[in-house]
Amino acid sequence: MARQTVIPFGPQHPVLPEPIHFDLVTEDERVIDAIPSISYVHRGLERLIEKRDFIDFVHVADRICGLCSFMHCMGYCQAVEQIMGIEVPERAQYLRVFWAELSRVHSHIFWLGVAADAFGFESLFMQSLRLREVVLNIFEETTGARVILGMCKVGGVRRDIDAESLKGILDRLKGLGNDLNELCGVFINDYSIKHRLVGVGQISKEDAYKLGCVGPMARASGLALDMRVLGYGAYKQLDVEPMVESAGDCYARCLVRIRETFHSIDLIRQAAGKIPDGPIDLKVKGAPEGEYFSRIEQPRGEVIHYVKGNGSRFLQRFRVRVPTFSNIPAMIKVLKGSEVADVPNIILTLDPCISCTER
Amino acid sequence: MSEPQEMMLLEKHDLVGVVARLFAEGYRLVQIGCSTLPTAYELNYSFDKDYRFKNLRITAAPGEEVPSISMIYANAFLYENEIHDLFGLPVTNISIDYGGTLYRTAIKTPFSIDNIKFPEPPKAKSGAPAKEPGKTKEPPGSPPGQED
Repeated sequence: MARQTVIPFGPQHPVLPEPIHFDLVTEDERVIDAIPSISYVHRGLERLIEKRDFIDFVHVADRICGLCSFMHCMGYCQAVEQIMGIEVPERAQYLRVFWAELSRVHSHIFWLGVAADAFGFESLFMQSLRLREVVLNIFEETTGARVILGMCKVGGVRRDIDAESLKGILDRLKGLGNDLNELCGVFINDYSIKHRLVGVGQISKEDAYKLGCVGPMARASGLALDMRVLGYGAYKQLDVEPMVESAGDCYARCLVRIRETFHSIDLIRQAAGKIPDGPIDLKVKGAPEGEYFSRIEQPRGEVIHYVKGNGSRFLQRFRVRVPTFSNIPAMIKVLKGSEVADVPNIILTLDPCISCTER
Repeated sequence: MSEPQEMMLLEKHDLVGVVARLFAEGYRLVQIGCSTLPTAYELNYSFDKDYRFKNLRITAAPGEEVPSISMIYANAFLYENEIHDLFGLPVTNISIDYGGTLYRTAIKTPFSIDNIKFPEPPKAKSGAPAKEPGKTKEPPGSPPGQED
């Protein structure tokens, strides 16, 4: 029997500069066990409900994560609105979809860049981040912010987008789509990328289901699991199709994110074609009394915002179950049996977001 | 659009049996969450199958042992360690037990009854009965205590 060695991976690693740590138990070059360790920077945001009322708390929900900022806010608002029986104006629901899908595009392109960096493909990393700027510029023009958008509020959204701006944005997204086609051609066809990703970090459909995988990780293993199918917000008016691959390896996870980026651009186009005129928010009266589990689809998968109130301005409980937390058991399963050299790529293709996890 | 949310209230000793049945029926474990009540803890186990969202709920007194479901759903161990570390509830027989080291927190069990500040319920209007702290309406679409 080969000698067992424990190799520490993280919390600071060149490929994953986020505070998650793994003790990799190895025999020669093969990982035989992986013990995760989180909560280096647990912020305890869920307890801030004691200090902020349910309207102000929107700003805390917005700051759970940078990449999924808007969707955390949207999930929280949706939970409060369901408890209070608030019918959000239709235009606001379309605007929410618009910013949510832009967030997905920006998150996936950012992931492509970071993944390219991990392969050692510097120029591809730079090209990806250049394209991501298009989305960040749209954010800045429509919301005044590039990362924490602050657009969602209980009862609607804070800003509108006029028809002229919307048309200009669609034109730019068309250009982005063309540039992305070229970029993604490299990800899909390049020999060295395929060599690093195909057949690496495989997880079967059965294991993905049993271990609670969500998001691109589940869909890359053949599970058609996408919360947008539930039809929250304006998604019920749009043609949402879960992007599914069957191989379950790192390459399949990369393909799913590429296809989702184009699908999101298509959803934005659909939403722009159907957005009705009308108000963008409602005046909110009263306070939430009851509870609700809001489920929405973030770039990394299903997120749950649980809100419970007793009729006062301060909530009794707010809990977020983020997709990364749900994907950790599968991450451990995938790491067992892999080569040490593949560990960074495997972890990256699962796209863990520690900012969300350390809410 | 409001998603229907089934809620089954269970006794603690029925939990493992009902969870095993859901596992056999092909439900996936979505999450386990815990809430602090003024005198107890409320644990919500959420499941999903073909977008049908189902919740089981048990309550436990402070210090009362809660059975682990990690021998049925392997991914439950993280949620159960979280509940142990943040709420101080002992969960028995977790498949991978971190022994209280999953979360590094500035104070021990930050969500325990001793540490949580409960919001004052709104003052009752004259004639209306005052609400108990921690008492809320059931979630939409869930008859209280519904069993299948």
